[in-house]
Amino acid sequence: MDQALYGIPVIGLVFEFIGYLIAIAPIIAPIVLKASVPIGFAALCGVMCERSGVVNIGIEGTMLVAAFVGWTAGVYLVPVLGSDPLPLFGATPTLIVALLLAILAGVAVSFVHAWLSISVKADQIISGTIINIAAFGITGYLISLLSISSPEGAGQFQAWHPPQALTTLPVVGWLFDTILGQGPITIGLIVIVIVFQIVLFRTRWGLRSRAVGEHPRAAETVGIDVIRLRYRNVMLGGVLAGLGGAFLSMEATAAFQPGMTVGKGFIGLAAMIVGRWTPIGAFGAAVLFASTVGIAQSILIAPPSGQLGDILISLPPQFFDALPYLVTIVILAGVVGRSIPPAADGQPYEREAAT
Amino acid sequence: MSARLSRAWAILALPVISIVLSVIVGSLVIIFSQWLVSGELQPGLAFDAYSSLVSGSIGSERAIVSTLNNTAPLLLGGLAVGLGFKAGLFNIGVQGQFLMGALGSVIVGVQLRESPPIFAIPVSLVAGMIFGAAWGFIPGFLKAVSGAHEVVTTIMLNFVAIAILAAAVSGPLNVVGSASPTTLPVGNASLPVIIGRNGTIALIYAPIMAVLYGFLLFRTTRGFEIRIAGASPDAARYAGMSPRHLIIWTMTVSGMLGGMAGATDLLGQTHSMATSYATTVGFDSIAVALLGRTSPLGIVLAALLFGAMNTGASAMQIQAGVPADLVGVLQATILFFLVVSPVIKKIFRLKGAKTGLEDSATTFTATYGGEATIR
Repeated sequence: MDQALYGIPVIGLVFEFIGYLIAIAPIIAPIVLKASVPIGFAALCGVMCERSGVVNIGIEGTMLVAAFVGWTAGVYLVPVLGSDPLPLFGATPTLIVALLLAILAGVAVSFVHAWLSISVKADQIISGTIINIAAFGITGYLISLLSISSPEGAGQFQAWHPPQALTTLPVVGWLFDTILGQGPITIGLIVIVIVFQIVLFRTRWGLRSRAVGEHPRAAETVGIDVIRLRYRNVMLGGVLAGLGGAFLSMEATAAFQPGMTVGKGFIGLAAMIVGRWTPIGAFGAAVLFASTVGIAQSILIAPPSGQLGDILISLPPQFFDALPYLVTIVILAGVVGRSIPPAADGQPYEREAAT
Repeated sequence: MSARLSRAWAILALPVISIVLSVIVGSLVIIFSQWLVSGELQPGLAFDAYSSLVSGSIGSERAIVSTLNNTAPLLLGGLAVGLGFKAGLFNIGVQGQFLMGALGSVIVGVQLRESPPIFAIPVSLVAGMIFGAAWGFIPGFLKAVSGAHEVVTTIMLNFVAIAILAAAVSGPLNVVGSASPTTLPVGNASLPVIIGRNGTIALIYAPIMAVLYGFLLFRTTRGFEIRIAGASPDAARYAGMSPRHLIIWTMTVSGMLGGMAGATDLLGQTHSMATSYATTVGFDSIAVALLGRTSPLGIVLAALLFGAMNTGASAMQIQAGVPADLVGVLQATILFFLVVSPVIKKIFRLKGAKTGLEDSATTFTATYGGEATIR
């Protein structure tokens, strides 16, 4: 050990910590990617809605309802559709149908938000808040009714095992292992991020969506149906939030807990802002926020040696529970002023009266 | 006389219709969900549920005192959210401010558990208010300085508050030798009982806070500034008010009220804190402020309604077998019908009825991008 460098207390510790992070990066990468999935889907849902001018605070509640519907559908469908796993991802017919129903639930909840904010022209933040409160209340009520008989769930999606030839490659092998050694919803997220990025900036639909979010009046004058496009995009956002919710109760775990989203929908919104309303940026920010989970786990299991390790171990374990939220606040406060939302974000659109 | 009646109806029509509709929706939910789970159709169950809900909340003197006790924190929380609404700020962080307020009051209350009550009670209560105020100051400061929207930062701070509370209770505040982490009781710092078996002094000071809230908003310069800033940030800026200053001030006072709600619950009801200490007051108070249309009297009435529902919920679960969580469904549907009130107004042909939400709360989304208020 170079005493001279570590003699400077704080800077030495910072370097030591960075070194530790680099050392553990390949090991915690799969954990981080998993933790980023619900945040990432929430962020993508936010991008989808806000790019076309609708603020969606209700993503948290949408995910919660989807998680509930996915798990509950599994409970009811297992006796009908059985649980013979297909060769890929341990998917059973029950799980596949339940996943589709979870997505549908996400779309349905998003439709309510779309109706409230586009047609009723309610304040969009109040509308989203009501969706969150309602989702929490209704799923809480139904789960306490259901769990009286403690029903059997339909299990969960399994991770894929990529071929050894890929994962043992030098230098990049761990990356393949991280990305491909996952369940279908996680791998789906990565595919969706890339497709969404291309579609949003390279296709007619993407251009129209962005136009509706920046200057709906101008978009309408060139013949774009603002109302219809906003409805469609908010409901597409519901597909994304539905996938994020389904991940929680069908891939990460095989159970539903009341309030199991624990703020991930809101962290997703912060990720969207930090990622400047682009799919890839939002996903990157989601991974950044999720990395706190991986780092915390790593510190608990294999803390660094020396003075740094002593300091980290002496912190109360709750500090690491709070870390994702603290990091979100700090980064959001640092970034938000320089991150510019779509110009018509959150403004209900009034058609000009026909004369 | 009839002019006054029709004015009262204009204000009350939509909240009342929302409550009635949500009762109807609630009974459909009870009957339908029970049918899904058990396979039996029991139309009478909804009636059983509601009658046990009512008798459990106002059916006896004891029930009424419990209802009032549950109302006090909701009233304070509703005032916290309402104050933010008036200034165009959406404080979803009452949950965290409540928990921090309870924590602050238990930290000081345990220290003062053997001091004279005349000293211990106010100091513990004020400690809770200061903790809550600090927890409201942070998102206010962040919004004023960087434009980070309070809806995201306050939610994050709610989770941070849960972690701090758990760390404090299982760490420095834990009683040595207890089976599961818990603090000492607050002893002499407990709120004195003045009505019935357990009706505390909060039943007096919570309504006084509602009066002060009305006085602040409608009789002081600061209240005028808050209302102008909420109605039109541009007008406020043009008139030479400082939006940044107002944001920080309002969020801090709002947090203080949230903290007072938490301190009231801890010093008046639980008297000590376990790691499982939790509350639904934070989110209920959003509903209270919306249902009460941010007016002091409206918030008092809405808090009474929600306090009664929360009190009767356990009786409903025991007597009718309907999970207490049904109350959450009822509260959410009330909110839903309030928000769609422009539609309800059309359906019921209520021309003069006030839709409430539109005039008091139009600026949250406007400041969402972080630019509108910060200039």
